[in-house]
Amino acid sequence: MRRPLLHKLAAAFGAAALLAVAPAAPVRAAGEAPPLPDTRFSFEGLFGTFDRASAQRGLQVYMEVCANCHSLRQLSYRNLTGIGLSDAQVRAIAATVQVQDGPNDEGQMFERPGRPSDRFRRPFPNDAAARAANNGALPPDLSVIVKARAGGADYIYALLTGYADPPAGVEVMEGMHYNRYFPGNQIAMAPPLNDGQVTFHDGTRATVDQMARDVTTFLAWAAEPELEERRALGVKVVLFLTILGGLVYAVKRKVWAEVH
Amino acid sequence: MASGLHQSDFKNPVVRWIDARLPVFTMMEKEYGTFPTPRNFNYLWNFGALAMVTLLIMIATGIFLAMNYTPHVNHAFDSVERIMRDVNYGWLLRYVHANGASMFFIVVYVHIWRGLYYGSYKAPRELLWMLGVVIFLLMMATAFMGYVLPWGQMSFWGATVITNLFSAIPLVGDSIVTWLWGGFSVDNPTLNRFFSLHYLLPFVIVGVVFLHVAALHITGSNNPLGIDPKGPQDTVPFHPYYTVKDSVGLVAYFVVFAVLVFFFPNLLGHPDNYIPANPLVTPPHIVPEWYFLPYYAILRAVPNKLGGVVLMFSSILILFVLPWLDTSPVRSMRFRPIARIALLLWTVAFFVLMWCGSQPPEGIAVVLARIGTAYYFAYFLVILPLLGRLERTLPLPESISRPVLRGGGPLPAGAAVKPMEKA
Amino acid sequence: MAETLATHPGAPLGAEAAHGAEPEHGGGKRRDFLKLVTGAFAVVGTGAIVWPFISSMNPSRDVLALSTTEVDLSPIQVGQAVTVVWRGKPVFVRHRTQQDIEAAQQVPVSELRDPQTDAQRVIKPEWLVMIGICTHLGCVPLGQKPTDPHGDYGGWFCPCHGSHYDTSGRIRKGPAPKNLVVPPYTFTSDTQIRIG
Repeated sequence: MRRPLLHKLAAAFGAAALLAVAPAAPVRAAGEAPPLPDTRFSFEGLFGTFDRASAQRGLQVYMEVCANCHSLRQLSYRNLTGIGLSDAQVRAIAATVQVQDGPNDEGQMFERPGRPSDRFRRPFPNDAAARAANNGALPPDLSVIVKARAGGADYIYALLTGYADPPAGVEVMEGMHYNRYFPGNQIAMAPPLNDGQVTFHDGTRATVDQMARDVTTFLAWAAEPELEERRALGVKVVLFLTILGGLVYAVKRKVWAEVH
Repeated sequence: MASGLHQSDFKNPVVRWIDARLPVFTMMEKEYGTFPTPRNFNYLWNFGALAMVTLLIMIATGIFLAMNYTPHVNHAFDSVERIMRDVNYGWLLRYVHANGASMFFIVVYVHIWRGLYYGSYKAPRELLWMLGVVIFLLMMATAFMGYVLPWGQMSFWGATVITNLFSAIPLVGDSIVTWLWGGFSVDNPTLNRFFSLHYLLPFVIVGVVFLHVAALHITGSNNPLGIDPKGPQDTVPFHPYYTVKDSVGLVAYFVVFAVLVFFFPNLLGHPDNYIPANPLVTPPHIVPEWYFLPYYAILRAVPNKLGGVVLMFSSILILFVLPWLDTSPVRSMRFRPIARIALLLWTVAFFVLMWCGSQPPEGIAVVLARIGTAYYFAYFLVILPLLGRLERTLPLPESISRPVLRGGGPLPAGAAVKPMEKA
Repeated sequence: MAETLATHPGAPLGAEAAHGAEPEHGGGKRRDFLKLVTGAFAVVGTGAIVWPFISSMNPSRDVLALSTTEVDLSPIQVGQAVTVVWRGKPVFVRHRTQQDIEAAQQVPVSELRDPQTDAQRVIKPEWLVMIGICTHLGCVPLGQKPTDPHGDYGGWFCPCHGSHYDTSGRIRKGPAPKNLVVPPYTFTSDTQIRIG
């Protein structure tokens, strides 16, 4: 009679340990912002994968829009094969930017076309220059932005599409913009996306929603390029462990049968 | 004997040759082969072995991560990202290591709780228990310093807040903090020494674990009934009975571990730690890792700086004297109806404190944290000493293999004796 | 004490002792097979765990991405040589003179310790590209600068143990067993090569 209670307790202890943590995150994240819209991204769920076409369009949005202010310094052009680009395409994309190299034999730094092994070019040489060019606000690096914000991809998408006129009575400071999802609602970044701002190579209509969705997909990939490999390996590992667990449990039953 | 060699019983000549000169095989056989172990363990007794395995996993992944990590404020964050992106299976090593810390604490908390529930801290296992508390303290220090290494915002501000705790010490507090930092704020010297100590401490833990296990093998294991084995009928050899049972628990544990690592690797982390450390901007809401939340809540429950720090450290140090605070001669809570409820309430208080620690220090969270803190200490300082005198415990079974019957009569010889292992 | 306890699990309990001491044969066999399969699974699993650790010590992706080096040949005058770094090693690129080429081509292959014709060692005769590491014990031979000793055969000379290489980088004298190694390289244009 005593045992079931104990088992329940043990289970409750374990479950509570996990649950006690889980609710903490949303509470921290929400602040006064409205709940994030649930965007159904291709990479969500246990077995989701990155929509390659979307990620490639997102790359285009990043390079034509975001890259003017935001760096992506953890990534190299060679990484782009991960969203389905060929080596030749990667070479071509890398060659469109000029990167600084050197010093040469005369001790001078020089510019040369980018190579796949180069990191993504940074728009500003340092943080101070970035602030100076942006009214004192520092555009954050986007390499791991999806992992660095509570709400992840949903938050990035919500932020990009969350610009609106301030509600009555809300005074927006000079140089700031009202955004429903930004903590405190006042963001230094001007609305970055406008309908038709880029011309997608694949002919997709460049609505704000489409661009936000695509660039979020791209950034989600940039933050977790290992995601697909990780989940695929995870499925194998869990399957293997399940079978092993069944076998070990059978052995255990046999071994203990003699004692019982 | 004459030649000073150990008398080895092993048949294999190589094993025998080694064993005669260095009886490691005899020792292994004695301590992990034939070691008489109470036959009535439940699965809560798996968690010691799980903790040991987790420690080894942490050391293995840690060593390989260290091959690629750069302990410098300008490179630490990037070197971790390089591990995630460029090093072969680097993401796996890092996620196993990061989530392994959480798994380690889950396992050790269950292990400690089992000790509390079944009175494993009582005579003659006081020193065994105290060594366990030492391991726990070392683990906390190691985990704290490890969390600083990625040099994200939470790393930096966690390090700042925790090291500042020592500034509460009267007179020398500030000097101690400066000494800890090796400078006037958390900076490169701090990161370097934390890396050095984070690498060292796990091996110290291994040493104390060895003592912990050595002490265990002197007293023998406690068991769910909390009574001593009366003879061979009450025990089984460790191998194969508990090696296989620990293996069952281990595989189940690995499944949970794998699901966390492969599918929810950042669930227990904090997004702010993917923002590189910035000494000029504190995140709006800083929280420690989940396993420190109860102690963080105790710290903040007290409106006085020194008082909070003292109480927080006391909440763990009090475990050292627990064997003498609980004066009841009955070990297992199964036979202590009131103490059992008191312990369950203590468990609830622990989780309430954990929740409070995750909340901003205002409103209901503060009230609950104070109630929780009061009960946390009252359990050890008031309830257990009192219950030791006042509680009417249930009758103890005659022996492990003969659990007491409701009527208290002797067990009929033919009745199948189901060990407690499987209910 | 331990041994006595161990050999008789549950001995005093009659029913169990009999059960434990004499396991049915069928059951015993099945358990053995089961144990075998389980053991095999466990060994495979352990092996699989070891692999990521080993693999993590192999060159990482960023290191592999830098495994090619491009060299612009246009500034190198006839008779000059440059040293470039490829995969952390010095690579000698020499713009050979006509005399160098002729000297290299006229050597009878039979005279060589490591027989190779000059044509086997170059893509274009005027450009000699090779890894500048002595095949004896890994020193970097001299001979890149005009002021360096060039050895008895007008090529390179390794100061560590006195190996002499000719104008094709072939070992002619001294302890080194092999010619200087030619790395894989291609001409991406008339004046540019990619090593690796």
